[in-house]
Amino acid sequence: MSTATRRARARSGEGRTALAYLAPALLVLGALLAYPVYQLVVISFYDYGQEQVSGGAPLEFLGLGNYTTLFSGSRFWAVLAQTVGFAAVCVAGTLLAGAALAVLATRVRPWARTCLFLAALGAWATPAVAGSTVWLFLFDANLGLVNNVLGLDGFSWTYGKWTAFGLVAAEVVWCSFPFAMITLYAGIKAIPGEVLEAAALDGASTRRIATSVLLPLLRPVLAVVTIQSVIWDFKVFTQIYVMTNGGGIAGRNLTLNVYAYQQAFAASEYGLGAAIGVVTTLVLLAITVVYLRALRRSGEEL
Amino acid sequence: MTAVRTGNTQAKRDRRNGRNAGRGRAEAVTMVVAGVVAFPLFWMVLTAIKPEDEVLSADPKPWTLRPTFDSFVRALTVQNFGRYFLNSVIVALAVVLLSMLVAFLAAAALTRFRFRGRTTMLIMLLVVQMVPVEALTVPLFFLMRSVGQSVPAFGLNHLGSLVLVHLAFSLPFAIWMLRGFVAAVPKELEEAATLDGASRFRFLWRVLFPLVAPGLVATSVLSFIHAWNDFLFAKTFIISAAENQTLPLALQVFVRPDQNDWGAIMAGATLMTIPVLVFFVFVQRRLVSGLAGSVKG
Repeated sequence: MSTATRRARARSGEGRTALAYLAPALLVLGALLAYPVYQLVVISFYDYGQEQVSGGAPLEFLGLGNYTTLFSGSRFWAVLAQTVGFAAVCVAGTLLAGAALAVLATRVRPWARTCLFLAALGAWATPAVAGSTVWLFLFDANLGLVNNVLGLDGFSWTYGKWTAFGLVAAEVVWCSFPFAMITLYAGIKAIPGEVLEAAALDGASTRRIATSVLLPLLRPVLAVVTIQSVIWDFKVFTQIYVMTNGGGIAGRNLTLNVYAYQQAFAASEYGLGAAIGVVTTLVLLAITVVYLRALRRSGEEL
Repeated sequence: MTAVRTGNTQAKRDRRNGRNAGRGRAEAVTMVVAGVVAFPLFWMVLTAIKPEDEVLSADPKPWTLRPTFDSFVRALTVQNFGRYFLNSVIVALAVVLLSMLVAFLAAAALTRFRFRGRTTMLIMLLVVQMVPVEALTVPLFFLMRSVGQSVPAFGLNHLGSLVLVHLAFSLPFAIWMLRGFVAAVPKELEEAATLDGASRFRFLWRVLFPLVAPGLVATSVLSFIHAWNDFLFAKTFIISAAENQTLPLALQVFVRPDQNDWGAIMAGATLMTIPVLVFFVFVQRRLVSGLAGSVKG
């Protein structure tokens, strides 16, 4: 047997073993992720309501009907704009708080840093439902500490559209800035001290070091944190659902995710809900492409 | 000469004092921020141990002189909270064990072997993480409904359905993160084990598995949190079987349109947060290095 064939046989043996190891993962991911994604697209092409689910009426193929219904109504565009605005505010807040505190953490002695990190880990670890209810209680109209301190007795934060969005955004930033802070802190720590010393020796000011040395070196990490935050904040569900009681009064605090859910499970318009899901997925896929590009530019090896 | 030197030292000392003052300010700011960030958690625990009249007072105090476990008792007994707690533990543990096993095998395959389609699979793992799982509630609802017709334990209203979806959603990230830990084990070790006559299977469980264990712990935290925190799927799948509900939904039981039982809600929220906090503190260091590693590649 020649070496080449032996190597080829070894390779195909390797492939078979690899496939055996991968089989459970592929099975689970195929059945519970890939297949539902396919199903989602299929359902979005049908008029799928309560009667169709129970088998009382035949399925009616609508083609792009659900999508035209969606795009011709003003509701969808309003919700889309709200979702983008809400996610943008959350991402900006998360990044600003995370970056500022990461820099702060490098300037203090370990005991202070440990206190900050423990508090942040606490906020991070709090389940979304628990965090949402605690924030609701703190901002409760009559019993809340915030109104008591500010002297706003009886003022409802969740009634007004913008105060409700603001409150939810604050809670989201509270529980998502720790990821940004810890990742950026690790990124800053990974920069060799000599680089900064050299810049300081060359007479660069603190601000100049920050903008011309730190920022470019941190760009890959920043890109990852930014896009991860965009993906998370675009899909916020629990906080909106719990804090605004399912999307606010008359649905004025809906985001795409909650809207899709309400259409499907509250209004029994499964086809329309699936169509909103497809649109959300496409928007996020576009962001994924940017994510992959950013990773490649930062030299991530797959 | 001496004067110059003293002047020099003086300048240095000034600078050091300046730096110390700056650091003092930074530390003061840090402590204030840490206090603000931790405050909601403090308020949650405080409200949980306050007696009911203090919780319902319109003039809340940041302390209590009469701590009580009444709210915990109400949370645990009145609404069958213990049962929900157990359900959440079962789901989370099943997801952690299964996802670690499956992810370990997959990560070993993706790191230790070269085969066609490997890079494509890695990219797919990344892409799959971007799919908004919430969008999949509709098809998954129908899938679980038909699964339930043949295997009731994995159908709607059963905990098995929750285990399955969370397993699927936590796998991509778990594989992605474990890959780094598997790759850190030197290739020579496998060659040595093979020379010693160990089979691939033996190498996998006796050599690789113990070495990757720290990574498994760090990764398991994220799978655990994923399953533990879930609100959406529990709400969608467990429709009519109250005895199979999980904690996030149980918390909603205390929210009533007329008068919320805030004491019980906060006690429930506290009980729900403790396991995650314990898990977090336990793996904190590994989690940070693991995240840093997964970011840096």
